[in-house]
Amino acid sequence: MSEGKELLALYEQMAVIRRVEKVAYDMFLAGLVKGTTHLASGHEAVAVGASAALRPDDYVFATYRGHHHTIARGGSPEACLAELMQKATGICKAKGGSMHLTYAEGNMLGSYAIVGAHLPMAVGAAWSARLRGTDQVAVAFFGDGATNIGAFHEALNLAQVWRLPVVFICENNLYMEYTPIGSVTAVEHPAAGRAPAYNMASEIIDGNDVLVVRDAVARAAARGRAGEGPTIIEAQTYRHYGHSRTDPAKYRPAEEVEAWLKRDPLDIARNRLESLGVDSGEIAEADRRATETVEAAVAAAKAAPEADVAEAFTDVWADGGAAWRN
Amino acid sequence: MAELNGTISYREAVAEGIAREMRRDPSVVCLGEDIGAAGGVFKTTQGLFAEFGPERIWDTPISEQAIVGAALGAAMTGVRPVAEIMFSDFLACCWDYLANEIPKVRYMTGGQVNVPLVIRTANGGGLGFGAQHSQAVENWALTIPGLKIAAPSTPADVIGLMASAIRSDDPVVVFEHKGLFASKGPRPPEGHTVELGRAAVVREGTDVTLLALAATVPTALAAAERLAEDGVSAEVVDLRCLIPMDLSTVLASVGRTSKLVTVEENPHQGGWGGTVVSVVVEEGFELLDAPVRRVTSANVPLPFADNLENEVIPTVDKVVAAVKAVVDY
Repeated sequence: MSEGKELLALYEQMAVIRRVEKVAYDMFLAGLVKGTTHLASGHEAVAVGASAALRPDDYVFATYRGHHHTIARGGSPEACLAELMQKATGICKAKGGSMHLTYAEGNMLGSYAIVGAHLPMAVGAAWSARLRGTDQVAVAFFGDGATNIGAFHEALNLAQVWRLPVVFICENNLYMEYTPIGSVTAVEHPAAGRAPAYNMASEIIDGNDVLVVRDAVARAAARGRAGEGPTIIEAQTYRHYGHSRTDPAKYRPAEEVEAWLKRDPLDIARNRLESLGVDSGEIAEADRRATETVEAAVAAAKAAPEADVAEAFTDVWADGGAAWRN
Repeated sequence: MAELNGTISYREAVAEGIAREMRRDPSVVCLGEDIGAAGGVFKTTQGLFAEFGPERIWDTPISEQAIVGAALGAAMTGVRPVAEIMFSDFLACCWDYLANEIPKVRYMTGGQVNVPLVIRTANGGGLGFGAQHSQAVENWALTIPGLKIAAPSTPADVIGLMASAIRSDDPVVVFEHKGLFASKGPRPPEGHTVELGRAAVVREGTDVTLLALAATVPTALAAAERLAEDGVSAEVVDLRCLIPMDLSTVLASVGRTSKLVTVEENPHQGGWGGTVVSVVVEEGFELLDAPVRRVTSANVPLPFADNLENEVIPTVDKVVAAVKAVVDY
């Protein structure tokens, strides 16, 4: 596939994610989505670029801001939106919700809402690949806020000591929740700045350029597959919404927001497409398909039945049930 | 490892139980602190490194979160890890995994993944290790839906429950009792398994049911022996697992004896006996001829000195006194 064609496909994936997040936001305001959401608008290039560099049998672990990773690994927008809308057709049967989207068929092994907890899990998946003699890699996506929790440091050390094929990808959007990461972290680069302490390879990259992300993750995955151990990638990006649905993100200076919005990952991809000579009509066509995909997903999710109450008592155990006593 | 005369120690049974499963299933691997060439601080993994080597027996740093977190990730991707947390008190260092990750992954993904994972840990007191290395914390795990919990009292049960735990497609926490490591019992034949969630009536009796777990089983048996001298016939039930909880065996025993005394090493506050007793009074109230009594550890941190620790944990004297109060009711 030509670079232009490949980028156009990546652009369309990002466009789908952008629309899913917009729909999630709107439906929240309309009362159709309950609980909370942590939207990934602005982070699309990290998920889509990384997925483009990975194989279907590689493993991905994400955070509660994980809609983009689920969709990038093949989870359908309809199943994701149905999950948010508490429908029986939800990707986790409406038992997970926005913070726990999982698509095991695509080896996207979960979205975890305890900060940093999934980093050791990714180490374990990479260890498993080694034990089973495969050359799969495991990727942990995490926010900048995860870099100050113990599990992050335990995971980095163990991954490096055992030389495991893990790619640690920090989506550094400058804010943990409401507090700037720089004001609570002892090093300038919260993820990559820790790499030297673990004798680990690292890169700081433009997380809003999907091809930059793709190429960096490809390098890191190749290192992992070659037995050269883990890599930290610190992808600099910015979220377009607040931390979660109740957060208007007033703590971010207007000029900072403005500067980052000018670096929208979709705009960057569109500019690249144009410079690669891709016809603007083709780009518009990709946008139209993305819109159709998400509109159809919304309609199907809305039409789906709500979760069957009997499902509350399934799936605790491997036998499908929930019995704790006889 | 095992003695030729047909007996095996509880300590040896841990390694033997793991080794039997590792021989039959190449996907079983172990990880933990000092479990390799050192054979474990309690020598409960002695011989495994020599037999299975560094690709199946992995020494880790002192990183409890990485140990159980990595075990979880491996369990989700085709491996059956057996993770050791050296002292059960240290489960608190990785409690996020036991409380939030391991028991919930299957459910919150709508059943997309299984977690065939064993966490084994040295539990309990009576050895003068003080407040941070002596606790019986099986009740911590009991508060979390989604964990299976085994706590064997004999070497044969160690092997049988270890086999079932490792073969289980669900996460199982196995509490090995430090006070029992030196005890010996019959060496079970190859292929021996004990189903998770099956209590055992280990002494039959007619006057009172003593419900015990792990190290309180020998305590209850010793109490029953002494009570027999006074003409009191105590039935002793070894619960063996907290989840699944074999309440039908408990209720059947109470149906025979009409009196119940639990013997628990965990503190009275939040102890497993509270859950058992709540079911017995809800579903078996008519079976009871006397108030239920719980013999537990006291609600204080565990003290160091022998005489102070004995004051706090369940003893034969305390069980005998509780039974006498119940039978004299």
